[in-house]
Amino acid sequence: MNTRGLRSQLKDSVPVAGLCPQGSYGIQDSLRSGFTSVKNELLPSHPLELSEKNFVLNQDKMNFSTLRNIQGLHAPLKLQMEYRAARQIQRLPFLQSSNLALDTLRGSDDTIGFEDILGDPAQSEMMGEPHMMVEYKLGLL
Amino acid sequence: MALSNVLDSPAAGFNFDNAARNAAFEGLFEGGQTPKPLKTGTTIAGVVFKDGVVLGADTRATSSEVVADKMCAKIHYISPNIYCCGAGTAADTEKTTDLLSSNLTVFSLNSGRNPRVVMAVNILQDMLYRYHGQIGANLILGGVDCTGNHLYTVGPYGSVNKVPYLAMGSGDLAALGILEDGFQHDLELEKAKKLVRDAVHSGIMNDLGSGNNIDICVITAEGVDYIRPFQESEFKDRREIKYKYRQGTTPVLTKKITPLKMEVVQETTQKMETV
Repeated sequence: MNTRGLRSQLKDSVPVAGLCPQGSYGIQDSLRSGFTSVKNELLPSHPLELSEKNFVLNQDKMNFSTLRNIQGLHAPLKLQMEYRAARQIQRLPFLQSSNLALDTLRGSDDTIGFEDILGDPAQSEMMGEPHMMVEYKLGLL
Repeated sequence: MALSNVLDSPAAGFNFDNAARNAAFEGLFEGGQTPKPLKTGTTIAGVVFKDGVVLGADTRATSSEVVADKMCAKIHYISPNIYCCGAGTAADTEKTTDLLSSNLTVFSLNSGRNPRVVMAVNILQDMLYRYHGQIGANLILGGVDCTGNHLYTVGPYGSVNKVPYLAMGSGDLAALGILEDGFQHDLELEKAKKLVRDAVHSGIMNDLGSGNNIDICVITAEGVDYIRPFQESEFKDRREIKYKYRQGTTPVLTKKITPLKMEVVQETTQKMETV
């Protein structure tokens, strides 16, 4: 299946200082992210980091692909339309959103995984500045 | 305090921020050894008998060369008809079986049925495969459901095996020898309990990582009999001296008493309703 829609959302790399700077125009944003450091590029990140970041997307991709092969193109198209609609029902970026509609669509509203126990965003030690986070989300920053 | 360099809410689930720091720590400790997580270094065994399943485990938890827990509970509750023995990293087996138990409880509340053992195995397999062996949990699942008596093993990479008798952990070779010798299909309850006890005992005797008491869990269609401990080790230590210090051991040098002045600001009475 041509999953161009989903593939564009996949993160195919973990951001590493120096190689893929997070700032705009591809230059290291020293003001916000600090100086570059070669050491950060050489030390390995965790083997699971990439796979965990993309896990839900990959799972969806696989499911839609199977669905397309079994039922035809209309099935994943309709489902993806619902997914996009559900994904838009969110709070502002710095507030915790329950994702209830999205969970119900995916069927993960009655399963408990590590994402529900570990790293609860409501208990995160770092809080972002609301104005900056909204501007970043809108692309104004 | 709001930080201006945080532009995205942190994702839920596992956090890999410290992976690079830990890799840098590898060479800094003496002997080049980072602190090891608590492993159970276990002997666990299971046998399918005529009316159900018998699971057995030792109770020692080790942290490198030190016994960290002498009465560790390695047989975890999954559902009223399924129990699970866990070997490997203690925290991983604990949390994974907890998650499995929660998921199966939600399922049985939704559907009104007791979960089947094969469901538990599938959920575990998916969960462990997703993390590619980084979660160090070797589990033996045993249970009785509407389709019969089952005994499964799930490895840390997600491999599954369905067998009539089984041993896992660092003492598994010793235990397996006893099981291979004494196992027969459709054993009686007492014979099955004795077989599992002998297997775990052999693991305790021949493996450094296993020891102390033996726990046995019998699962039948009628119910579960969790016998903890089934057999206590003869080498229990007895504390000869008390470690509590008697009053007056530490001499008092000076004493100063300052009464706290408190005034009554407001007094309210509320009648309690007693029927």
